[in-house]
Amino acid sequence: MDLRQVYTQIIKEHNGNGYHKHHLKAPTDSKEGVNPSCGDQITLELKIKDNVIMEAAFTGYGCAISQASADMMIDIIEGKDIHEARKLISLFMRMIRNELTEEDDIELLEDATALKDIAHMPARVKCAVLGWHTLEEMLP
Amino acid sequence: MKTIDRNDFPLLASYTVNEKPLVYLDNAATTQKPLQVLKAEEDYYKTSNANPLRGFYNLGIAATESYEMARHTVASFLHAKDNEIIFTRNTTESINLVMYSYALQVLKPGDEILISILEHHSNLIPWQLAAKYTGATLRYLYTDSEGILSEEEINQKLTDKTKLVAITHVSNVLGVMTPVEAIIERAHEKGAVVLLDLAQSIAHTPIDVKKWNVDFAVFSGHKIYGPMGIGVLYGKYELLNTMPPFLTGGEMISSVHEDSVEFAEVPQRFEAGTQNAAGAIGLASALSYVSEIGYEQIIQTEVDLMQYLMDGIKQIPEVTIYGPADAKLHHGVLSFQVKDVHPHDVATILNEDGIAIRAGHHCAQPLMEFLRLHATNRVSISFYNTKEEIDFFLNSIKQVRRWLGYGSQTSIYTNH
Repeated sequence: MDLRQVYTQIIKEHNGNGYHKHHLKAPTDSKEGVNPSCGDQITLELKIKDNVIMEAAFTGYGCAISQASADMMIDIIEGKDIHEARKLISLFMRMIRNELTEEDDIELLEDATALKDIAHMPARVKCAVLGWHTLEEMLP
Repeated sequence: MKTIDRNDFPLLASYTVNEKPLVYLDNAATTQKPLQVLKAEEDYYKTSNANPLRGFYNLGIAATESYEMARHTVASFLHAKDNEIIFTRNTTESINLVMYSYALQVLKPGDEILISILEHHSNLIPWQLAAKYTGATLRYLYTDSEGILSEEEINQKLTDKTKLVAITHVSNVLGVMTPVEAIIERAHEKGAVVLLDLAQSIAHTPIDVKKWNVDFAVFSGHKIYGPMGIGVLYGKYELLNTMPPFLTGGEMISSVHEDSVEFAEVPQRFEAGTQNAAGAIGLASALSYVSEIGYEQIIQTEVDLMQYLMDGIKQIPEVTIYGPADAKLHHGVLSFQVKDVHPHDVATILNEDGIAIRAGHHCAQPLMEFLRLHATNRVSISFYNTKEEIDFFLNSIKQVRRWLGYGSQTSIYTNH
């Protein structure tokens, strides 16, 4: 594992103020996700129409890993239907828990593959999954 | 007097991270254990192990003697009497014991419980619940932005309505000490009972429950070089003697019938079930170890290290420190933030250099809200830390912003 590479990738694509860190104009749903062990908090907003995530955004406060992970997640779930989004969440969770199988294609996770090595950093797993876990709970 | 010897702590010499030696700066979370403590625990199991307070045979009597000798050592250390010392698992259990067996018995609607905004959750949540269960009101003493509590605040909040004051001796976030003697005196004038949380102070400053005339005092063994899983509740005998048991079961009774029970005398009344005798003996060994070094030497060494740390950290423009400017007021604890870098990222990056520091809210979320902070980093030192370790830490901190792509005015490259 090279921590420097993880941070470099995060910085390159999703530094502190990610593309998706803002409020939506008319979200259909919003939910707060909290990491109780550290106090990190994000609020995820979605605009869902005909079972498709049309738009997503987040606000909140947390470490570079939790913020970048939420930003990367929104990159790939916008435009996806709920079924596909669920599959991507499940794939991301398997990657972070080091439970990938040969059939899994992590390239589907696009930039979020940069977080693969978090699987070897148990102290930071909760940071990486905060946004994804919040989304999972929001999906109907 | 024993001189400070880092070689007493085997973990410090053997543990490495990325082939770099561990720099352990999280002593407020738990301290490392000297060989003397490890040996005391091992010796108990090797030479005296039986179930204390039960055996009618020689080994059982030896176990009881060892356990009660540990109680005596703790009592002497705090300037208390032997029957005023109750062994628990930790600070949290000691506070919960006082909450259930004292507070719930005496508090009535309209009474006030007074705590401070500095409290660790373990000295906060039990009192939120006590207020909820009894109809009493929970009130807070507020400090200034450095964590200093004023006499006016104490006099204003500690009134005839106050029945219980539960306050930390030293803040685990800011390192500041509260004016316990003034609080205890005022509380007794108003007829209130005082519980003192010594968890963060006991390794750094001498404790005298008799001189302070405090009613209850609590701490955990692991914060003062002792084992985990052993804690202490000190209580004035007159108070303990009026209190019903907390946990019930074995060895806390004088007689049991099908429908009734007579409880044992203090302190056995509060020590239900088989106790952590080896832990108590390890704790006694730790307290003897601290006594041999002496607080004078400990304070001198730790203040010197804290001064060195604060002088160094002030030279780094992107670092903000919290609490008083005077190193003597920090009791081994320094909280800080690195500009633009979340404390969790700071701690993860420092770990690459083998440096262990804390990040987060330090189980003191109301204090963090009061200070308008989400999270901080915290360095906490022990007498076994060195100036070389502080230098190494300062160099590592100077690199943190670069990891996240920010420029730094301090461009000192070391061995990254």
